Amino acid sequence: MHEPAWFRWARVIVLSLLGLFAIAPVYVMLTASLKPLPDVEGAFRWIPSHLTLSPFIDMWQTIPLLTYLENSLIVCSVASVASVIVALLAAYAVSRYRFHGRQVFSVTILSTQMFPGILFLLPLFVIFVNLSQDTGINLYGSRTGLIITYMTFTLPFAIWMLAAYLDTIPRELDEAATVDGTGPLGAFIRVVIPAAIPGIVAVLIYAFMTAWSEMLFASVLTNDSTRTLAVGLQGYATQNQVYWNQIMAASLTVSVPIVVGFLLLQRYLVAGMTAGSVK
Amino acid sequence: MVDTIRVKQGVTASAPSSPPKRRWWRRGSLPYVLLIPAILLELLIHIIPMLAGVGISFLQLTLFYLRNWRAAPFAGFSNYAVAVNFSSATGQALLHSFTVTIIYTLIVLAGAWLFGMAAAVLTQRAFRGRGAVRTLFLIPYALPVFASVITWNFMLQRDTGMVNQLLMSLHLVGSRPFWLIGQDSFWSLVIVQLWRTWPFAFLILTAGLQSIPADLYEAASLDGAGILGQVRHVTLPLIRPVNRVLLLVLFLWTFNDFSVPFTLFGSAPPSQADIISIHIYENSFVSWNFGTGSAMSVLLLLFLLLVTLVYLALGRRGARHA
Amino acid sequence: MRPTKLSTLACAAMLAAVPLAACGSSGSNSSSSAHPTLTYWASNQGTSLQDDQQVLAPQIAKFTKQTGIKVKVQVIPWTTLLNQITAATVSGKGPDVLNIGNTWSASLQATGAFLPFTSSVMNQIGGSSRFLAGSLSATGAVGKPPTAVPLYSTAYGLYYNKAEFAAAGISGPPVTWAEFVADAKKLTKNGHYGLTLEAGQIPENVHLAFELSQQQGGSFFDSAGKPTFDTPQNVAAIKQMIDFMQADKIANPGDAQYSKGTEALTDYATGKAAMVFWQTASGSLAKLGMKASNIGVAPLPLPSPMPSGGKKVTSMVAGINIAIMKDSKNLSAAEKFVKFMTSTPEQESLNHTYGSLPTVQAAYSDPAFNTPAVHTFRSILSTTAAPMPAVAAESQFETAVGTAIIHLYSSAATGKTVTSSMIGQALSQAQQQLGG
Repeated sequence: MHEPAWFRWARVIVLSLLGLFAIAPVYVMLTASLKPLPDVEGAFRWIPSHLTLSPFIDMWQTIPLLTYLENSLIVCSVASVASVIVALLAAYAVSRYRFHGRQVFSVTILSTQMFPGILFLLPLFVIFVNLSQDTGINLYGSRTGLIITYMTFTLPFAIWMLAAYLDTIPRELDEAATVDGTGPLGAFIRVVIPAAIPGIVAVLIYAFMTAWSEMLFASVLTNDSTRTLAVGLQGYATQNQVYWNQIMAASLTVSVPIVVGFLLLQRYLVAGMTAGSVK
Repeated sequence: MVDTIRVKQGVTASAPSSPPKRRWWRRGSLPYVLLIPAILLELLIHIIPMLAGVGISFLQLTLFYLRNWRAAPFAGFSNYAVAVNFSSATGQALLHSFTVTIIYTLIVLAGAWLFGMAAAVLTQRAFRGRGAVRTLFLIPYALPVFASVITWNFMLQRDTGMVNQLLMSLHLVGSRPFWLIGQDSFWSLVIVQLWRTWPFAFLILTAGLQSIPADLYEAASLDGAGILGQVRHVTLPLIRPVNRVLLLVLFLWTFNDFSVPFTLFGSAPPSQADIISIHIYENSFVSWNFGTGSAMSVLLLLFLLLVTLVYLALGRRGARHA
Repeated sequence: MRPTKLSTLACAAMLAAVPLAACGSSGSNSSSSAHPTLTYWASNQGTSLQDDQQVLAPQIAKFTKQTGIKVKVQVIPWTTLLNQITAATVSGKGPDVLNIGNTWSASLQATGAFLPFTSSVMNQIGGSSRFLAGSLSATGAVGKPPTAVPLYSTAYGLYYNKAEFAAAGISGPPVTWAEFVADAKKLTKNGHYGLTLEAGQIPENVHLAFELSQQQGGSFFDSAGKPTFDTPQNVAAIKQMIDFMQADKIANPGDAQYSKGTEALTDYATGKAAMVFWQTASGSLAKLGMKASNIGVAPLPLPSPMPSGGKKVTSMVAGINIAIMKDSKNLSAAEKFVKFMTSTPEQESLNHTYGSLPTVQAAYSDPAFNTPAVHTFRSILSTTAAPMPAVAAESQFETAVGTAIIHLYSSAATGKTVTSSMIGQALSQAQQQLGG
């Protein structure tokens, strides 16, 4: 496909500017993570006058960073995968079927995005406490409660967005598959899902990151051993001191697996089946 | 002009036909069955707590009654009256906060979509290092909010921050301006929120672009459309469903966002950047005045619901006329 | 919503579940009533959460050895403690014993979720006369039994840089505000300031406003608990604060951006400013690299002459209290634990480690507390400290007035002149938010 020269230049310039915009604070975080504490709040220098690796060493001791990292990885992975699965089923229904109550369902779940978290927080906690007593499943102070909560938090957007991605996949694809007699679910799994991989990956990333950064509910639903990173990182703000350099060091460190994950997943953001099946 | 696209689909060749499977669900109830897990979860985690939250708005739920909600006196609409009484200080402050939040949301929304769309289109065709570029753009999205926004706070400090350092050394300003207080604090908030939001728009739009068959672009360019024309006539119409949802949720999330303004400014944001989520939090929940906070939140919910319904209705009408 | 469906089985399950929930394990851990297990939410007092666990562990072991009662300690960061307390209050599911910020006492008292320290309970833990009067005053509303007892105390002092004072030829810390401004002006030159303020943060602003208002003879609430923000004395107090920046010019206008709670102390520690008003900070200053010989501390200055009705207050009563949740199933064990934590040996040991001040008088005979700084703070706490208004609306007051002061500082910093009438207006608007 022919790319005019002006386009190539525009691409370089625009992408570079956007890249600088994205990366500038990361550079500041990096320099802050290598400074002794009094220097962090001092005047910004491109190359810090005193460099030290101690924040990267101390950060594992000041808070149980490894435990928190583990908890976050477990909770977010399970919650995001579970959310995408539930959302896919619902999105398929919303996208492919015109059933009674479709609008009501869609708008109702969207309305949950309009309510501030703090209003859900206390009633939810009370529900979890009651449920834990009645059923014996420990829903607070455990990862389970948090997983269920996060799954649900990401459902509305996941359903809406997956339905939108499915809407961009022509129905003829479904029909073509059902000619084989595999029924709608079979068509869904064998044909539609592969065509929707980019959308599914995008929504999976969204669900994971939403759970990863959620602070409010995690603060109340976890305890010492199940605490996640979003809350745990606040432990660097102690009674007497806020260890800014360790916060930066820890934040950069825990983001490395995430960024690696992005690098691996962005491979799926490529044109899939629909592009290939046109005659 | 490329209007509607009829896509010819090939029929996949012969899998051996099998006898029709017996369904264990009633014909026509499949969509409902598919919805069951979502509905159950939503009811438990979202809907019931939300209804409880709405119920609280009719109670005088202060810290005296936290322990025993059922004893809280019924307040009728008095919590709402406090919020909408625009002649009182509280009401006026709420109105001001609301106005600031709307303007800020619309600007961030427009910026995030533009940047996201530009980046998505420019990275659509493979080039060397595209994977790295895409990942680079997603880094703001990967970083923990608290750390990254606090970093912006450091960067925007007048005397010690990187931004003023840069502006002064490039001679773009004569004296160091304030970014965290005063007039420019609004723009600081916009830029920081934009920085966090546009990568997400980029992600969603990139995924959306993947379902557009490449030969449609071929066809359009043969019709004489340049790159911008192709974007206008091929890309935008085909990602319309994705765009519809993206713009709506970006609006809702930015409007309701708490962590970015709170982390950037602390608990007392400047009045130019008095975002409504913080405003409600500071005026009610911080002092355990859940009744008032709830009423303000319900009013907000109604407003956003109205916006959503209008937006969806307009969208449906637009689609019909396409 | 309290749980209503409670069969005896579920009741027993809940008894076991409280410590289980607290440690998040699903293993069986039966606790008999003869040797109950307490859950204790400790606040973060040390250099890190780990550090707190390490400091508390040997003390807890001592307690268990003495009484046979086990204690499961959770150290909670300050940023989430109040959320968790609220959730515990609402659900009835929480710890047995916990730390609270002492300015929360009156508000938490109003929820009714905490065991009041009536005279019989006080006797269980050794009686109220053991405590410093100043510390004990910040434990709840006046006229009601305390909702908690003081555990660690701190107070505000005027930290000044001895080396910079000597270099400027100033012989000692200022005693009156006039001296203070003069000294600060001498020290303000070439980008260096005499004073640094955490002018963007609510607690720091409100505490200073409270202290200055007391000195002017004002108060923010009347004896009936109704807010009285917009009074000439309060306006004068806040005008004094704003004038440090706008009229006296001894504080950097950039201080109006300082909202994170650490910037002013860092500026003092790194030599950017000569003086700062701060709570006991020896630990932090060491971490920030300040030489111990340069650290000087004195009480806040007083106006001279004292305005009529003015009180000699140089600090609010700051500190941490320890409280018992009323819903605890192990009340007597909890009381024993509180008695232990407020016992003289524990007070000596813990406060020494944390750099705070003991709340019981007997602990001060320990030679570890025989340093000039501790002497200064102890005398402040005993003679010139007053508790923040002990009303249920205390946190609303802090938010409303604190936000108003922050906005006034912003106006001053960005070049608008702040007048007394502007301050009065801001205060009455703040008062309206409390429904007053």
